[in-house]
Amino acid sequence: MDFTQDYFSLFDLPRRQAIDALDLERRYQDMQAQVHPDKHAHLGELDRRRAMQWASRVNEAYLTLKSPGKRAEYLLRLQGHDPEIECNTAMPSDFLMAQMELREAVAEARAGGDADGLDRLHRRMKREIAGQHAELAAALDERRDDARAAGIVRALMFQEKLLHEIDEALDAVGA
Amino acid sequence: MALLQISEPGESAAPHEHRLAVGIDLGTTNSLVATVRSGLSVVLSDELGRPLLPSVVHYGPLNEGGAVDVGFDAQARQSIDPRNTIVSVKRFMGRGLGDIAHIEAMPYDFVEGEGMVRLRTAQGVKSPVEVSADILRALRERAEAALGGQLTGAVITVPAYFDDAQRQATKDAARLAGINVLRLLNEPTAAAIAYGLDNGAEGIYAVYDLGGGTFDISILKLAKGVFQVLSTGGDSALGGDDFDHRVFCWVIEQAKLSPLSHGDARLLLTRAREAKEYLTLHGEAPITARLSTGEFVDLRLTTEVFTEITRTLVQKTLGPTRKALRDAGLSPEEVKGVVMVGGATRMPQIQRAVGGFFGQEPLNNLDPDRVVALGAATQANLLAGNRATGDDWLLLDVIPLSLGIETMGGLTEKIIPRNSTIPVARAQDFTTFKDGQTAMSLQVVQGERELVSDCRSLARFELHGIPPMVAGAARIRVTFQVDADGLLSVTAREQTTGHEAKIEVKPSYGLTDDEIAAMLKDGFSHAADDAFRRALREAQVEAQRLIEAVQSALREDAQLLSAPERTHVDALVARLQAVMMGDDRRAIDAAMDALNKGTAEFAARRMNQSVQRALSGRKVDEL
Repeated sequence: MDFTQDYFSLFDLPRRQAIDALDLERRYQDMQAQVHPDKHAHLGELDRRRAMQWASRVNEAYLTLKSPGKRAEYLLRLQGHDPEIECNTAMPSDFLMAQMELREAVAEARAGGDADGLDRLHRRMKREIAGQHAELAAALDERRDDARAAGIVRALMFQEKLLHEIDEALDAVGA
Repeated sequence: MALLQISEPGESAAPHEHRLAVGIDLGTTNSLVATVRSGLSVVLSDELGRPLLPSVVHYGPLNEGGAVDVGFDAQARQSIDPRNTIVSVKRFMGRGLGDIAHIEAMPYDFVEGEGMVRLRTAQGVKSPVEVSADILRALRERAEAALGGQLTGAVITVPAYFDDAQRQATKDAARLAGINVLRLLNEPTAAAIAYGLDNGAEGIYAVYDLGGGTFDISILKLAKGVFQVLSTGGDSALGGDDFDHRVFCWVIEQAKLSPLSHGDARLLLTRAREAKEYLTLHGEAPITARLSTGEFVDLRLTTEVFTEITRTLVQKTLGPTRKALRDAGLSPEEVKGVVMVGGATRMPQIQRAVGGFFGQEPLNNLDPDRVVALGAATQANLLAGNRATGDDWLLLDVIPLSLGIETMGGLTEKIIPRNSTIPVARAQDFTTFKDGQTAMSLQVVQGERELVSDCRSLARFELHGIPPMVAGAARIRVTFQVDADGLLSVTAREQTTGHEAKIEVKPSYGLTDDEIAAMLKDGFSHAADDAFRRALREAQVEAQRLIEAVQSALREDAQLLSAPERTHVDALVARLQAVMMGDDRRAIDAAMDALNKGTAEFAARRMNQSVQRALSGRKVDEL
């Protein structure tokens, strides 16, 4: 076991998009129970430093595998397919139109202090994102369609950002 | 030391003496120290049986002996000598002059300048770190007297919402007070440990912690053997003191008082606090005081008026509560219980507001003043290595505020988002923009806003020693590491040459290493012999612990070393055993360092083996 090992092997899991979240959490906690700095606090400087580095890596691995979008992006990179998150912003025009309309609805609800409207938008986005997650697993594990999966990963970036904006709007209207 | 002590579940490691460890709640108004005795957490009281130590320090004039009083003795002086009696110093930790609310009403002689505030006292200029160190020293002495020996270390609690500067200031204060900090622990997390272990609680819990000067809300997931913080939020400048201040302003307005002397202001603030406390159990509180001007205050404060004048303060706690729940992805109904912490949660209007928000009665079956210290003591006992593997628990906490760096145009780029589980590390690559550039600087900020000017500046990191290359050719990987105390450190390495860049840290609101060193030296020169003996004794204890750990690791995993490797380790142990009985501290340190380095590879192999065990152990469970 070493620092160059990928996150799936770190948790002794197969490289798959579909994952049992509870099982992952248990593996994560078992691992932290061994490497966490609290388990080494009574030891010397070097030991504590090593524990901190290991625990940081285990946290990073868990964060990546826990989130379906991050997991898919990571899996794509492992399979040698760069999802081009930063540079490829060419999205289907109907998707972009829908995003723009949603964004306008959020701005409108925010300006009007419409907490219920924002709440509805919040739930709608959550539903859409959950649908994308299911689609990701199908594309990666069953159809082996990396290009399609990369497209969903990029779309998710937009959708998660919008969800974040809705949450900020909810904060702003004090709901 | 570079070895891991790993034993079979349920079995203790090699038998060792019980290490003396305490939990310290360094509060805005009061502080406490607690320890685990015969398996139970207990608060250690002073010689008069008083558990609370008022967080008040009085500096007496140097020509009268320069006494430093802490606690009740200092509190007794506050209306006589307000300028030299420092109360609520926690509010000044890691803060600049511009950050402090109601500064105009404070009786102190603040020193103008950049960075952390400084106070001019009868004993010279003091930083909040030094004042806090005086409180911590009093608690350490109390604990060492009660436990009959030197402390191995302490867990010190901080508000979850404390930023890096405030945490670092707390750790620096402990260092000045001669305390080895095992961990800085978030106050609501400490309370959750005390509550969770006592009640065998499982599920989602919220801890609502309103102290004297700080407010925290933490959402945790409790399960058998695991305490996981999902999110935290709060306001590090909102607490019970602010309720006193509202009453104080109401009194001035009602009694139409002319500007007050500092002594009279202190007196009325005390009366305001008493009235607030009285209203917890009564419908009306009398407020009477005779001022130095001869004016007489005689008022009655009703619950209705009190609720009205403090309504906005109560509301101010619900915003962060909502946000913390949202960050955790939860709604109020999913919370199984709300644990109330901090003396200020005794106020009935707080109880009502929290109950209304979560749709359930808050949990009040623990002493809100003591629960943080008790939880900290439990964790200190664990960290000191006094509990056997299998009989312990895992605590996963988070960083409360996002960390970012300044980019072009005064914008921030987030490096580590808030509520990331700690410890956490992130790397970011930078390049040079001029040919032959050998240095660059990074401004690190903490906060959620887009603009650097709206976030708190933590420090400026200057990287030196970048190998000269053409512009854009260097790849400097900067790693931001937040440790389990929530403290940031930064390292940088040039990727193409592997050259390690030298980093100079200029904290915005903290003390530099040189300042700390000077303060330590200052303290030692007052009691030089004492300090020397203490340092030697610490080195000897540390050496003994290292030898024990190495020997126990060798007993368990000798097979991980080849014969020549084993001989080398044995020789290093023998060398340390030889020098540790002498009084040459440098020689002990050098021998310890050699043993640490000589066993680093062994420790790495043991760590790998333990991680493998984590995996294989789980598989057995699944069968």
